[in-house]
Amino acid sequence: MSTPSTPAGSAANSAGLSARAAKAADELDQRFHLASGVRRQINKVFPTHWSFMLGEIALNTFIVLLLSGTYLTLFFDPSMDEVKYNGVYSNLRGIEMSRAYASTLELSFDVRGGLFIRQVHHWAALLFVAAIVAHMFRTFFTGAFRKPRETNWVIGVIIALLAGLEGLTGYSLPDDLLSGTGLRIISAITMSPPIIGTWAHWAIFGGEFPGTLIIPRFFIIHVLLIPGILVALIAVHLGLVWYQKHTQFPGPGRTERNVVGVRILPIFATKATGFALTNIGVICLMAGLFQINPIWNFGPYNPSQVSAASQPDWYVGWLDGSTRLWPAWEIYLGNYMIPASFWPTMVIPAIMFSLAFAYPAIERKLTKDNASHNLLQRPRDVPVRTGLGMMAISFMFILLLSGGNDVIAYTFDISLNATTWAGRIGMLLLPPIAYYVTYRICLGLQRADRSILEHGIETGIIKRLPHGEFIEVHQPLGGVDDHGHPVPLEYQGARVPKRMNQLGSAGSPVPGSIFRPDPAAETTALEQARHESVNGDSTSADGSGRKLAGRPQQPSD
Amino acid sequence: MSAQRGSTGGPQLPNDADLSTASREDLVRLGSSLDGVTIVHRQDPFPVPGTRAEKRTERAVARWFFLAALAGLGFLAAYLFWPFQYAPPGSPGDRHLLYQLYTPIIGVLLGLAVFAVGAGTIGYARNLLPHETAVQERHMGGSSEVDRATVGAILADSGISSGIARRSLIKRAAGIGGLVLGAGLGVFALGGLVRNPWKGGNEAALWVTPWHSANGEPVFLRYDSEHVTLARPEDLAAGSIATVFPYKRSWTEQEAQEAMRASDSPVMLIRLHPEQAARVIQRKGQVSFHYGDFYAYSKICTHLGCPASLYEAQTARLLCPCHQSQFDMLEYAKPIFGPATRALPQLHIDVNDEGYFYAKGDFIEPVGPAFWERRS
Ligand code: HEM
Ligand code: FES
Repeated sequence: MSTPSTPAGSAANSAGLSARAAKAADELDQRFHLASGVRRQINKVFPTHWSFMLGEIALNTFIVLLLSGTYLTLFFDPSMDEVKYNGVYSNLRGIEMSRAYASTLELSFDVRGGLFIRQVHHWAALLFVAAIVAHMFRTFFTGAFRKPRETNWVIGVIIALLAGLEGLTGYSLPDDLLSGTGLRIISAITMSPPIIGTWAHWAIFGGEFPGTLIIPRFFIIHVLLIPGILVALIAVHLGLVWYQKHTQFPGPGRTERNVVGVRILPIFATKATGFALTNIGVICLMAGLFQINPIWNFGPYNPSQVSAASQPDWYVGWLDGSTRLWPAWEIYLGNYMIPASFWPTMVIPAIMFSLAFAYPAIERKLTKDNASHNLLQRPRDVPVRTGLGMMAISFMFILLLSGGNDVIAYTFDISLNATTWAGRIGMLLLPPIAYYVTYRICLGLQRADRSILEHGIETGIIKRLPHGEFIEVHQPLGGVDDHGHPVPLEYQGARVPKRMNQLGSAGSPVPGSIFRPDPAAETTALEQARHESVNGDSTSADGSGRKLAGRPQQPSD
Repeated sequence: MSAQRGSTGGPQLPNDADLSTASREDLVRLGSSLDGVTIVHRQDPFPVPGTRAEKRTERAVARWFFLAALAGLGFLAAYLFWPFQYAPPGSPGDRHLLYQLYTPIIGVLLGLAVFAVGAGTIGYARNLLPHETAVQERHMGGSSEVDRATVGAILADSGISSGIARRSLIKRAAGIGGLVLGAGLGVFALGGLVRNPWKGGNEAALWVTPWHSANGEPVFLRYDSEHVTLARPEDLAAGSIATVFPYKRSWTEQEAQEAMRASDSPVMLIRLHPEQAARVIQRKGQVSFHYGDFYAYSKICTHLGCPASLYEAQTARLLCPCHQSQFDMLEYAKPIFGPATRALPQLHIDVNDEGYFYAKGDFIEPVGPAFWERRS
């Protein structure tokens, strides 16, 4: 950058610094042969779009989880030994409880900032799963999972599954009344599969519910096993994004064979770091301001008690809902039976996750599209997939709502039975409706795009023709032909401007602070200099600058 | 990975002498093209030094970092000096309020500090770093023909030269060895975990509850209190309920405590209104199980095992808060709504000469959630 006004002293200083840095770099390169590898990495070009940040949020929250979780382990004791609580929280003094619960109380009351870290951990967990889900939606609806990226889709589904299990095991650890109720249900679900159910329960719980083994076991699963697998999977996931390069939306100069964006250094890395920090900052704010899981209010777990409106964390809610909606159908086979709860708690999630795993293959089979794709699709351009996605989402959404049907019934003063029936009917009826409506909306949006490309943007200017007819003046996007008729443009899969100020018709504001504009001389000088300084690399080279003004190319493989 | 020299007619590699005289711009361009990157557009946002616009932008970015320093300082001070110890409501000097404010205060200050560093960094990247549009070639499809062909040949060569295709004895032996080893490892991994749920035959854990009495010793109904209090008919008013647990006089304190915390112990003792009791429909084989207007049912929901604990005396319905199954207490606790499939098991109760409730035997069916081997 041009900073000729740097004082001489600091220039000399920074020269010394850069000499030292060069020396250090040289020493490293002699040992590790780094230069070409590093150059390739920092030169990497990343496309930019807001939706590409969803995956980053997932990564950032995971880092927060690792850090806050590790801190919690320094104080948490996953033991089922019974103790009599004798700590500072007077409401529970003298009550028998497990060490796990007592140590969570200590974490909340006796460790400086311990409650804050607990809340950071729990909020980060909720956001982690939310970010994963949003990221999945993004990759699904834009077709980012298509060849060659199916592997990363499958890894993503495994990560989502493990994130849910991680949350479930974590939720159970404090051994309060709420987590114990959850564990009781997990126990019944474990027991529900035909043939192996009781054996699986005895293997996992070490005997009858609850026993003293499950919390120590969940602890090691929660802090070591799943996080370890997650770290490995996330590393592979990001490695593949890096290696296969990111997809991009169609746009000027963007083709299947290139990536248009910014390089890792200096811009991408700086922005991503800044974004990660704001992300972490927001988690801290939430953890400070919004109480979550106040386990001291629930009391220790006791199999004969339950708190009203027991609700799991949101990402388990859809299974709670399916459990509530499933009718009481038990199947008896001679001396044996299949519990009704087996279907909504095991079979439904198994089907949903299998569909998610298999979707890229299913779509490849149905469309017979075996080409590699690096350009994303707009959801409206693939109405069938978008409709299927909305179908799945509406199904899950009804289940999720039904997971809180008692709260809904209570809040809106409807009968509980009515909400259950609404959920049962809705879960069958809403998905096909969602499919149809989405499909129609997609077609409508496609048509709107096409009509703008054909006739231009509505300007809002009404003109009266000599014979008295009123027409609205359209601004053609592709110019006009000899007769003054708009030249229709072909749709290229990219966003089509809809309003005149997207073409810059509103001009730009005068630069300045809120109190006064900048001196006009400075402003014009800046504008002129910016105009001239535009790097001429492209035009100087092989005319690729022309190509960039052009249109995306069709996949040619 | 990315630099496709040859294919894109890539740059000529300069010799050492060229390198030593090349300008930084030249080297950047060379380095980019080696990686297939073209910078088509790059613009310093403030090409004219010292304008007011630039200074304003700088100040805006710096403000975020100052804010971070301030909030960070505040965080440290609050973290160290704010009274964080718990104080119950009503403690002197608003100690409870101070305690309650600790977490929000450190959270907000720390969050603000971290957020501000992030916002400053983003501000720098957006407004002070040069804007650029770079284009990088992608490597499409598979590897080059040379690589594919040679890898294939080398793999085939090592396979053939090993002669494994001809040595079917070794192949089979290795297969068997691998299989057995794999199975052994699998058995080893799971073996330690496997427990037999049916140990004890007819007295296996899933068939019996702490209400079971092998030697005929009476099992009393007690409340959940620090000292053992046995249940008597006069404890309950009509239309009320109580949760009771098994108690044997021969039990140690430890055993009694364990029985009270067992997941299949809790029993709901209900005293129906006399007019409701007149309408009760009993289950076949359980007609003598009640004592007057008193009925005792397992509290463990037959759906997924939550304690079904919300009793509506008016309708004599018991609601499980977990998934809203409802049981009709006037008809042998039969499920009438929701996902539960089976009635709550009924405990056979009576009153002894001392006037205490006792169970005349364990439940006649397994308590709680269903499982494969459950016969009815
Ligand atoms: C290496 C990573 C992690 C470690 C070391 C860790 C550690 C812990 C520990 C020690 C607890 C118990 C203390 C307490 O409840 O306050 C806990 C609770 C919890 N963990 Fe984690 N955890 C990790 C990752 C995760 C992830 C990825 C999730 C969710 C997707 C998660 C969700 C939870 C939840 C929901 C709780 C209950 C929090 C509460 O009590 O409010 N954890 N974790
Ligand atoms: S556990 Fe009672 S309704 Fe599900």
